[in-house]
This record gives sequence, structure tokens and C-alpha cells, in this order.
Amino acid sequence: MNKIFETPMYPYTRSPDQDAPVPVRHQVVIIGAGPVGLAAAIDLAQQGVDVVVLDDNDKVSFGSRAICFAKRPLEILDRLGCGQPMVDKGVEWDVGKVFFDEREVYTFDLLPEEGHRRPAFINLQQYYFEEYLVDRVRELQKEGANLDLRGRNKVSAVGTHPDHVTLEIDTPEGSYNIEADWLIACDGANSTLRAMLGKDFVGRVFEDNFLIADVVMEADFPTERWFWFDPPFNRGQSALLHKQPDNVWRIDLQLGWDIDKEREKRPENVIPRLKAMLGDDIDFELEWVSIYTFQCRRMEQFRHDRVIFAGDAAHQVSPFGARGANSGLQDTDNLCWKLKLVLDGKAPETLLDSYDVERVHGADENILNSTRSTDFITPKSDTSRLFRDAVLDLAEQYEFARPLVNAGRLSVPCTYDGSPLNSADALAGPARTRPGSPCLDVPLGDGFLLQELGDRFTLLTIDAEAPDEIVEDGVTVTRLALSVKDDPTLALKERYLGDAESGVYLIRPDQHVAARRATYDDNLFRAAIRRATGKE
Amino acid sequence: MSDLTLTPNIDNADDFYADLLEAHEGLEKSDSEALNARLILILANHIGDRQVLSQALNAAAFKMEE
Ligand SMILES: Cc1cc2nc3c(=O)[nH]c(=O)nc-3n(C[C@H](O)[C@H](O)[C@H](O)COP(=O)(O)OP(=O)(O)OC[C@H]3O[C@@H](n4cnc5c(N)ncnc54)[C@H](O)[C@@H]3O)c2cc1C
Repeated sequence: MNKIFETPMYPYTRSPDQDAPVPVRHQVVIIGAGPVGLAAAIDLAQQGVDVVVLDDNDKVSFGSRAICFAKRPLEILDRLGCGQPMVDKGVEWDVGKVFFDEREVYTFDLLPEEGHRRPAFINLQQYYFEEYLVDRVRELQKEGANLDLRGRNKVSAVGTHPDHVTLEIDTPEGSYNIEADWLIACDGANSTLRAMLGKDFVGRVFEDNFLIADVVMEADFPTERWFWFDPPFNRGQSALLHKQPDNVWRIDLQLGWDIDKEREKRPENVIPRLKAMLGDDIDFELEWVSIYTFQCRRMEQFRHDRVIFAGDAAHQVSPFGARGANSGLQDTDNLCWKLKLVLDGKAPETLLDSYDVERVHGADENILNSTRSTDFITPKSDTSRLFRDAVLDLAEQYEFARPLVNAGRLSVPCTYDGSPLNSADALAGPARTRPGSPCLDVPLGDGFLLQELGDRFTLLTIDAEAPDEIVEDGVTVTRLALSVKDDPTLALKERYLGDAESGVYLIRPDQHVAARRATYDDNLFRAAIRRATGKE
Repeated sequence: MSDLTLTPNIDNADDFYADLLEAHEGLEKSDSEALNARLILILANHIGDRQVLSQALNAAAFKMEE
């Protein structure tokens, strides 16, 4: 049994706030120290914001829930100063195999594109993920950041006001109150805050149960994602096997709807199932077992005045596609710079409505993809199963059917097409760096482009002239001047110019493109900055 | 405007029809259904054009074009 998730990482200690005569006001209070709440806290603290994180627990995630982390979240973690330990510990993978009945139907290779700092995917236990985030919190605290992480602080009531939120918090030493200019609710799928505010959470529950088992074993299965449809060891259902660090393997076994969850979770019932899958001669130890029912749903709106929802509290997806934590990190990536500008009085509060627009769009994309995967994995009707099986049979013989096999469409970053912050595309450049897109990495000398971007507005010029700094209505934009010659692999040209001779990109603090043109034009770029900060 | 061909387009239509029935001959109902499903997917891929496929789905369901 891995002890990490039994060790208090942020044990309760008394805060001076508990002895204050009147409730202390903080700039931002975050509820929940899961992956999303911690990422938000780090992001804001790095920018000098006063942040308090409250969690009703004091440990990392019990058992590893999330295991697959995609490239974009790793890039976000780089910006947050903790990507490296994740990548060092994680296992990289890019090959997957799909089995149907007793046959291997096909193998896919994610074939990651060259010239990116981060791999397409790593597998890492969620408890390590959270541990490294907590380490980063500690590092920032040592550097003097105004960041407080309070374990066993359970939010029991909130009061919303036009310009602040009040919170009542229960601790082992009784309750106390604080106030926040802004409250970010990262309190997970069963968000108590959502319930307290009486907000909706609509979507679909999939009538299916999955047994999730993390087992420790010495096994020579390769570091690949193996997915079975209707295997002999789990007839009529699906199964998944995927490697994590420390010889821990994730096994998902679909169980169907009418089961006795408590019974199925008992080791005496789990072990025979696993032996049927792994064979009798493999020794393994159970690290963590759980049974899940999956849901795809979201709140109608993520921003409710001074309360902003992020991560699973705002939206929930089935895990096929690894879109839960991965999308939650994209939420806070999107939110924190906007909140910072608003707190500094450099942008209107309405800038935060663009968080709603952009991340609702992201959530819908994730829900669509994971709903489709779940429909393929758990066909809802005989006809749906007929086509599913036909696709699998054909995939074994013919290449054309392989893209139709849907054992999870793995998380890819969201492009904010149609966002009110985008300026019209004015460069005949590559579609994948159009306004709204997350910037693509490019090798630059000893480093990478994304290391040079983020946390502030950047004007990226490629073989184009522009001022070194623009200040527009309080917002400073600094230039990063590059030439296609800076990258002998030509990735910079291929990813940012295409056939264009030159390019000027306005890049947001979350590394998304806000505007682009072939050359710098003072009026147009100032308008683009205003637009990207919610002033147009 | 429809790109889907809904006018006669198969040479020796009777021969094709006989081939279709022959492919199903002697099959259990479930095998026949599976064969049809595979056939639909193969033909759909051959057509490729999403617009034509949508029109075909509508035509098969007797849904009128707007
Ligand atoms: C089996 C499984 C596999 C998964 N695989 C993946 C994957 O491969 N990749 C991926 O990206 N995602 C995956 N996910 C999803 C991922 O685990 C979640 O999306 C992620 O944990 C969400 O993070 P969060 O911070 O929003 O919420 P949580 O991790 O749920 O954290 C919420 C926190 O809020 C605290 N809290 C709640 N109420 C209160 C309160 N009133 N006061 C104070 N604190 C409170 C809780 O204690 C908790 O610490 C998987 C999920 C499951 C179940």
C-alpha cells in the first residue's frame, strides 16, 4: 500500500484569521486543494495575488484517480514552475493497442510531432501530481508568496455580496469566518458550493459501472495503452490496462449496470477478476480499488458574480479521453491572468465573462468527445452494438475503419474559436496558430518557445519590426523578436508563418493567440490588446 | 441541392440485387445484420463526402430535404 495518500500533506494548523476580531478579507479564496485548486493557487500566487486555499481534507487524492496527463497541461505546469518533476517521474507513452474478443485488432502510435519540449502524454498517479503541486506551493511560500494552504478547513456556508463573498469555515478547533474579493470553487464533482448556491449541474449519467483497480506488479507488459472490447476475461464488457510509475498498473473493468457495488469492491471478488485478466502466474498487490459510475455534465454558467467555478465542480466527463484534470488545468490557465488584471484594476470585471465563454466551449468539446467514447464503449442499443462490433471487425482487416474505433479520444487543447477576445485573423498563416489557439512549441537554441511566453502579454515578431514594449491602458506587452533563422528545424516557420514572409502575434498570458498579422500596425494592435482584455 | 444520386445508377441492377441476396444466403439473422453493418461502413467510407452521407441517411429515413 502506497503511503503517500495516507500522509497529511497540509495538516491543520491554526491561522491568525481564526483569532481576528473581524473577518479578514483576502483577494482570492479557493475552495479545494485538488489538482485544479492547487494550480489556481500557484498561478495567482506567482503573480503576487493574496490567496488562501481551503480543503476539508489534509491529504493528496486518495488513490490515483487521474493517470494520463497530456502535453498542454504539462506546458501549463511548466509555466507554473512544476512541469519538470511530473515529467521526470511520469512514464511517457505513445503506443496503444486495441483488442476485440481474443484478437488484437490494431495498434496506434500517437507519433508525437518533433520539436516540442513536452511529450504527447505521461502517466502519473494523481497523488504524485498533487504532491508536486503542494511542493511548488511550499517553494512559493519560502519565496515569500502570500499563499496559505489550510487543511481540514471545510467551507460550511457562503454569503454572496455585490463586491465580496463571506465564508464560514469549520475546523477541528471550531468555526471562523473570512471574506474574499473573489471565490474560486474547485471543490470537485460533488461541489458543496454549487449545492449551497443552488446551481444546476445538468447532463447525462451513463448507466454503467467500472471497477478501477491500481495493482502493483512486476510484469513485462510494455508501456502501452491496451484496451479490450468484449475480451474472454470480461465478456460483453471492456477492459483497460495502462502503466504508471513504480510498477503500478491501472486496470479498468467495465461491470455493467445491475451490480452490487460494495460486493464487487471486496478483494475476494476483485482478485479473481484480475487473475482472469492477467493470468494465474502473475503476482500482484492491490493498491487501490474503486467503483465508478460516469457522468458527462456541466453547469450552465461557470461565473456567478464573485464566485467562479473551475474543474470538476464546473464540469464532469467520463474518464475515457483523460479530460478531467487536463481540462481543469486549462480552466485555471484561462482564469488566473484575467482575475489578476481585474484585481489590479487594469481590466473590467466583464473580462471574466470571457472565462465563461471560453471554458464552457472547452467543456462542451470535452463532453461531446467523452460522450461519444462512452457510447462506443457502452453501446446503448442492439443496433449501436452491431455497428460498434462491425467497426472493430473491419478495423482488423481494413485501415479505413480504424479512425472509427473510439476507445477514448485523448485530451487535446481547446482552441477558443469565436471568443470575444480574439481579433479577426489577418495573417494567411497556418490554421493551427489562428487566433484562439494555444501557442505551439518550437525548439529555440537550447530551449523552447513556450518557455519565453506566458504570465504576461507578449508580442511575438517573426522577421518583423515592432516596438519593444507597448503599454495600452495599463496593460504592458513585451516583444519577443525572432527570425525563422533562429530555428534550423524550420518548425517556427512551419507552425507560425506557413507561406507568409513575416508575422506578428499578440499572445495572451495563458499562451493563447489573441491576434496576428503579417506586420506591426500600432492602431490595430492596440485595438487587439483592448479587445483581449475585455475593453472592446 | 443534392449530390446524392437517387436515380438509377447501377449497371445490370438485377445482377447486383442477386449478389446482395446471395451474400446473405444461409446466414443466421445476426450474421446477416453484421454483414449489413459492415457493408454500410465500407460503402460510407467509399463515398466519404459527409454531405452526401447526410443526404443518404435522410433519404433512407424518408426525411424530406428542406
Ligand atoms: C477513475 C478515474 C480516472 C481518471 N483519469 C483521469 C485521467 O487520466 N486524466 C485526467 O485528466 N483526469 C482523469 N480523471 C479525472 C480527475 O481525477 C478529476 O478531473 C480531477 O481530480 C478534478 O480535480 P478538481 O481539483 O477539480 O477536483 P478534486 O480532485 O475532486 O478536488 C476537490 C477538492 O475539494 C475539496 N472539498 C470539497 N468540498 C469542500 C468543502 N466544502 N470545503 C473544503 N474543501 C472541499 C475536496 O476534499 C478535494 O480535495 C479521472 C477520474 C477518475 C474517477
